Amino acid sequence: MSHTGNVVMKKLGLLAFAVCVGWAVSASADEAVSIRLGAAVSLSGKYSSNGVYTRNGYDLAVARINERGGVKVGDKTYKLEVVYYDDESTPARGAQLAERLIQQDGVKFLLGPYSSGLTEAMAPVTEKYGVPMVEANGAAVSLFQKGYKYLFAVLTTTDQYLKGAVEVAAARSADPSKLKVAMAFENDPFSQDVRAGVTADAKRFGMKIVIDDKLPPDLNDMSATLTKVKLLKPDLLIVSGHEKGAATAVRQMADQRVNVPMVAMTHCDSARIAETLGKSAEYVLCAAQWAPSLSYSDDLFGSASDYAALYEKTYNETAPYQAAESSAAVQVFADAFTRAGTLDPKAVRDALATTDIQSFYGPVRIDETGKNAGKPTILFQVQDGKYVVVYPEKWAEAKLRAPIPTWDKR
Amino acid sequence: MIDPVLDRLRKTPEWLVLVVLGLVSLAAPFIMPGLVTQLAFLWLMVVFAQTWDVLGGQLGYNSFGNVIFFGIGCYATAVMQRDSGLPYFDALTLGLLLSALLALVAALVFGAALLGIRGHYFAIATLGLGIAAGELAAGWDYIGAGSGMSLPLFPGELGSRELFFYFVMLAIAAVCFLTLRWLYGTRFGLAMNAIRDDEDKAEAMGLHTTAIKTVAWAISAVFLGLAGGVAGNMLGFIDPRDVAFSGATFGVWMVLMAILGGKGTLWGPVIGAIVFHITKELFWTYLLGWQRVALGVLIVLIVLFFPQGIMGWLADRRRARAGGAA
Amino acid sequence: MVDNFLLLVQNPNFALDVVLNGLLAGAIFALAAYGMSLVWGVLNIVNIVQGELVVLGGYIAYAALSHGVPAYAALPVSALAMFAIGWGLYYTVIFRVVDKDLFISILATFGLSIVIQQLTNTIFGSDVRSFDTGLGSFYMLDGAVTVAWIKVIAFVLAMVSGGVLWLFLRHARLGQAIRATAQNPRAAHILGINTDRVYAMTYGLNGALCGAAGSLAVMAWTIHPYIGLPYTVRSFMIVVVAGLGNVGGVVVAGLSLGALENVAGFVLGAEYQIAFVFTLMVLILVWRNWRAARRRTYLS
Repeated sequence: MSHTGNVVMKKLGLLAFAVCVGWAVSASADEAVSIRLGAAVSLSGKYSSNGVYTRNGYDLAVARINERGGVKVGDKTYKLEVVYYDDESTPARGAQLAERLIQQDGVKFLLGPYSSGLTEAMAPVTEKYGVPMVEANGAAVSLFQKGYKYLFAVLTTTDQYLKGAVEVAAARSADPSKLKVAMAFENDPFSQDVRAGVTADAKRFGMKIVIDDKLPPDLNDMSATLTKVKLLKPDLLIVSGHEKGAATAVRQMADQRVNVPMVAMTHCDSARIAETLGKSAEYVLCAAQWAPSLSYSDDLFGSASDYAALYEKTYNETAPYQAAESSAAVQVFADAFTRAGTLDPKAVRDALATTDIQSFYGPVRIDETGKNAGKPTILFQVQDGKYVVVYPEKWAEAKLRAPIPTWDKR
Repeated sequence: MIDPVLDRLRKTPEWLVLVVLGLVSLAAPFIMPGLVTQLAFLWLMVVFAQTWDVLGGQLGYNSFGNVIFFGIGCYATAVMQRDSGLPYFDALTLGLLLSALLALVAALVFGAALLGIRGHYFAIATLGLGIAAGELAAGWDYIGAGSGMSLPLFPGELGSRELFFYFVMLAIAAVCFLTLRWLYGTRFGLAMNAIRDDEDKAEAMGLHTTAIKTVAWAISAVFLGLAGGVAGNMLGFIDPRDVAFSGATFGVWMVLMAILGGKGTLWGPVIGAIVFHITKELFWTYLLGWQRVALGVLIVLIVLFFPQGIMGWLADRRRARAGGAA
Repeated sequence: MVDNFLLLVQNPNFALDVVLNGLLAGAIFALAAYGMSLVWGVLNIVNIVQGELVVLGGYIAYAALSHGVPAYAALPVSALAMFAIGWGLYYTVIFRVVDKDLFISILATFGLSIVIQQLTNTIFGSDVRSFDTGLGSFYMLDGAVTVAWIKVIAFVLAMVSGGVLWLFLRHARLGQAIRATAQNPRAAHILGINTDRVYAMTYGLNGALCGAAGSLAVMAWTIHPYIGLPYTVRSFMIVVVAGLGNVGGVVVAGLSLGALENVAGFVLGAEYQIAFVFTLMVLILVWRNWRAARRRTYLS
């Protein structure tokens, strides 16, 4: 007993020592040859799959830029480097890590975390310290209504995500005000923000919202909501709940044979519904920021489909838009460094605010609120096991298949 | 090697330890300016562990639901700051008062309802209560539902926010410590321990056990409510399940820290919180990707090999040495 | 809320759909809860890692399925693998908690749950998984009631597994040893029962039950590395309501929980589904206590 105790006490002593050394070291780490970008991403917890996409996206762009020699700032060339932490998908952790990156690791530029909630938690910190943050995965409208000066997004905001679905439904109907809409949104900042957008769009057309459920994040059974859908027969069903929501909804709609003429979701490509759920996923509309088939391109990655191929080669999976937008965030930083000609955060911030570039991910034109005002969102439809762009018309690869046939005819 | 140091410590009068500790805490943010927020969280952890130990250690009632009072505190202050229209510091002060008050009321109500439940069923009931509270908060639109609440930006200069909240949190932890130190010395403290040792006997002796338990819970609730109001502002964003009513992190940590330090002692929770917090921060820094595994393993090791906590181990050691000398 | 309730009353066919789908989900809860009750009763351990074992079982089944193992074999494969994992967990960690305070076991298994959660995430990846067996659904009452066949099979298998275990405990030699140990470990030890082995078997059996529940969950619903906790808490609640060592009680409580949850989700809206369940649990405990207190007053 006393022996083990002794060992433990020694370990405690060692620990205390390690603490002092660790904190001292991390506090003194500074000036490096490369530009260090800080990022807290969700490597564990409920957003972990998207956190990995986010990191892959950052890494891919950093590797590519470094391969090409790095970033020119004034007359010097720097390599890029990312310092990562795991925020465990919780905002409490995210806010602390932002501070740690800035204060202890001396990072002067941040890449965003995954999800609106975590961006919401980190933005006040970066704002306070005057550290520019370019984020690629926090699309909530509210982020860009707070007057943040150091927050920039390559994204189109959430209110745009499923606007297309509502518009398509309205266009296909003789009298949109007769349409009934059912909504099931996860109870988290992102999905609730999408909900606000959809509600506003539906109202614009005078549509009637017949179901408005908030799904708890740890729910993997939405049969109660779907029974309600069967009963109230809406013309349009909209679901948003990250990958879990998309997979659960597709799976259970097939199981319960829920017939709705049009179904739209978010995150279905990253949930890989077409690959894993096969026929059940047919006809589903998916909102996305980006697709490999779009005709965008840039010098770094080539075209959108080149990017998708590179991603697939590197990570052995198809490129979700979450990775593409994350890569674009790094490109936006690189562009701003070059244009600012200095690494002074204030100057970089000013350069970021006037960003207007073309990339494989699409045009990035930062508006006065910090979001990307230059790029539309698109809608995929799952057709014969593939994600095909059907909206807006300009990018459409195929015609929309609608209305969805009832289950007994599929 | 370590025994002379311990003997030395034991002989040091408590007031001296307190004064030295107080001075170190006041100077800490200036010595380690990069770590102010982590240090402020350290005091939050100290409040967590101490307040948990009131029921868990002194009364023998293991609660998994103390995080409710923290959550109530987070939201009460945030709502006051959002809706009162007052200047920042006025709203914050009023908000903290409201937090303490609501936490107190909640403790009295839940205490009256739940504190008659004995043993493990009490632990389970409080666990359920904590989860239900988080889910209810996540459904209530007035407090932002699942979208959470953002708090107003601190009006002061760069860096002043961290210092301000550091000292507020330090003050809460210190007042909490002194209050409990005083409380444990009173007759009320003895009554609490009597209930822990044998509730039926205590009741037979004429103690109003449920009233005593409820009052004790209310005392910890007040401090947790205050800490919640401050912590919400430190974080800048409140999420119902992951911040305010976070049973799987804060809710469990408070238990672990108290056990690690030594349940039912005055200093145990304080020491436990400090050791746990620093260890956790180190894991996060140096074991990226494996930090949760490390944390899980650490938890298992603590409860398996260290159930008496650091204080218990020190007592054992002293006893062993005294026996050896005799 | 009131409209939802009226909707349900006016459309009894759909009400049946809600209840039925809930009942079938409840079978999985009951299966996991049965394992928890076994461990709690025999080892005196509240097994917080239960939900993570279910999820792990689901991932193992999914891995087997995606490597070409047929659907009917995936459940036994996962149950066997989980038996081994349970056995292993017993000899690494659990055996140290057996004679300790119940509270210690809660914390130790909570620690384990974090580890297993994270390892599941590392090994199997963080993607949401769901395996479509392609069995389709059956429907009746004009499509008002639609139930996936796999859910029905899951229900039947859950009940059968529970039944087999019950028979095993009642009649098999080892089963009797388990029950004897649960009643009085010291006496069982004196009578020559290797209690350590009994404990290991029990924890292994619990693992197998979780493996079964998990493989049914991945075939009929969806799983995710971080979705274990709801299964733990539900199992917990079912055991608390049913009481220890009460197979029938666990089944009834599990099925009712599933049905109640679904009805609550329908009437109150999905956002209050979980809140409802936990509030209910607290109320049940308060009520139990109140009843017990009254009984105490009568006695004195």
